[in-house]
Amino acid sequence: MAKKPVQFTLNGDAKAAFCDDAENLLDFLRRGVGDLTPKFGCGQGTCGACTVLIDGDPHLSCLMLAEAVEGRTVETTAGLATGSAPHRLQEAFMENFAAQCGYCTPGMLMAAKALLDRNPRPSRDEVIEAISGNLCRCTGYEPIINAILTAAGTGQPRQTG
Amino acid sequence: MPVRVETFSRIEDAERALSANQAARFFGGGTILMRAVNEGDQSFDTLVRLTDPAFAEIRPEGVRITLGAGVTMNQVMASPDLAFLAPVARSVGGPAVRSTASVGGNLYAAAPYGDFATALLALDATLTFAGQAGAPMPIDAFMRERDRHANRIVSAVSIERPRETAAFRWLKVSRVKPKGLAVLSIAAHLPRSGGAIRVAYGNMGPTPVRVAAVEQALQGAQLTEQGIGPALAAATQGLSPPSDSLASDWYRREVAPVHLKRLLLGQTG
Repeated sequence: MAKKPVQFTLNGDAKAAFCDDAENLLDFLRRGVGDLTPKFGCGQGTCGACTVLIDGDPHLSCLMLAEAVEGRTVETTAGLATGSAPHRLQEAFMENFAAQCGYCTPGMLMAAKALLDRNPRPSRDEVIEAISGNLCRCTGYEPIINAILTAAGTGQPRQTG
Repeated sequence: MPVRVETFSRIEDAERALSANQAARFFGGGTILMRAVNEGDQSFDTLVRLTDPAFAEIRPEGVRITLGAGVTMNQVMASPDLAFLAPVARSVGGPAVRSTASVGGNLYAAAPYGDFATALLALDATLTFAGQAGAPMPIDAFMRERDRHANRIVSAVSIERPRETAAFRWLKVSRVKPKGLAVLSIAAHLPRSGGAIRVAYGNMGPTPVRVAAVEQALQGAQLTEQGIGPALAAATQGLSPPSDSLASDWYRREVAPVHLKRLLLGQTG
């Protein structure tokens, strides 16, 4: 199988690696580049666990050709923290118990980051829309929505329980 | 069998590569074909990819707007010229799907997908194919024999802007909130100042389909409870809705008139 060179920026660092023909971006990031933060959930674009940002927009890395990121900027959860300091979204997820099994969390964080980068003060409905392509089978979504609203500082999150 | 990707910067070259290999598939946004790649689909051996920026351009041209087939749902939502189609684009998947899901891909999407194509059908869009001379193809004709055009590249879709904002109406019926697959979708072009009435359903057949009986019943009718009665009576006439995991054909027949009524009376909010 032919190998193709791909040069791109991953979380601010220049990367150059070889991908297989028709390899998806998720496999390329995990196996070819060593970034294990995007997760394989369904391989069908249904669950959102593999969500990454490409040039600032959320994409499902399982449905992207790896070679399509040539010359582009990719962000994953691995790039969220600054040194040992978690990103405000990561802190808010911890404070709000927004991760249980944690499998959806990287995708949720990237979907949330895409929202806050574009709209720093989203409404509750806008948060719900932003994560509408990401499935969580543990939390019932409310803690995740509350965490994103907390990170945005948009008023009091709705109380649950 | 390994799959090969061939990338072209000119649509003519992509079209030639596609024509030369029956086991090649045109790669649009990837939301359909990458699923097949991930599943190990053996029915194709080559993906033909196009990088021409013009393929993803939105071009207003007088009363018409031309969308390159590579235009994404996010581009539709961001375009002031396509504000009337923004609710349709927003109903397609989540934000990450909309980053790549394309207008051209939606034309070929099997049920229960194809919401955007349903809207294009109600807008009487015309399609241009790569390597095609002559007049563009009406979308209605394309949908009637979609399989015949499976190995062609739609280069662009052209629509006429609705003359009145309220003339275009859209409704997607889903059991999952805020987002889910369509039990059915309905798009309608209902100009008050005269002009063609068009009503299209999604997921009420193998492809999006115009509902001629409803359109005829709405000719000259007032959009009131009484006025739309004949149209509701004809709501599923001539249709063969599918039974799938979302709904049975019986259920679709039962609910189609209910949702059509809400759309016609403007009670969809």
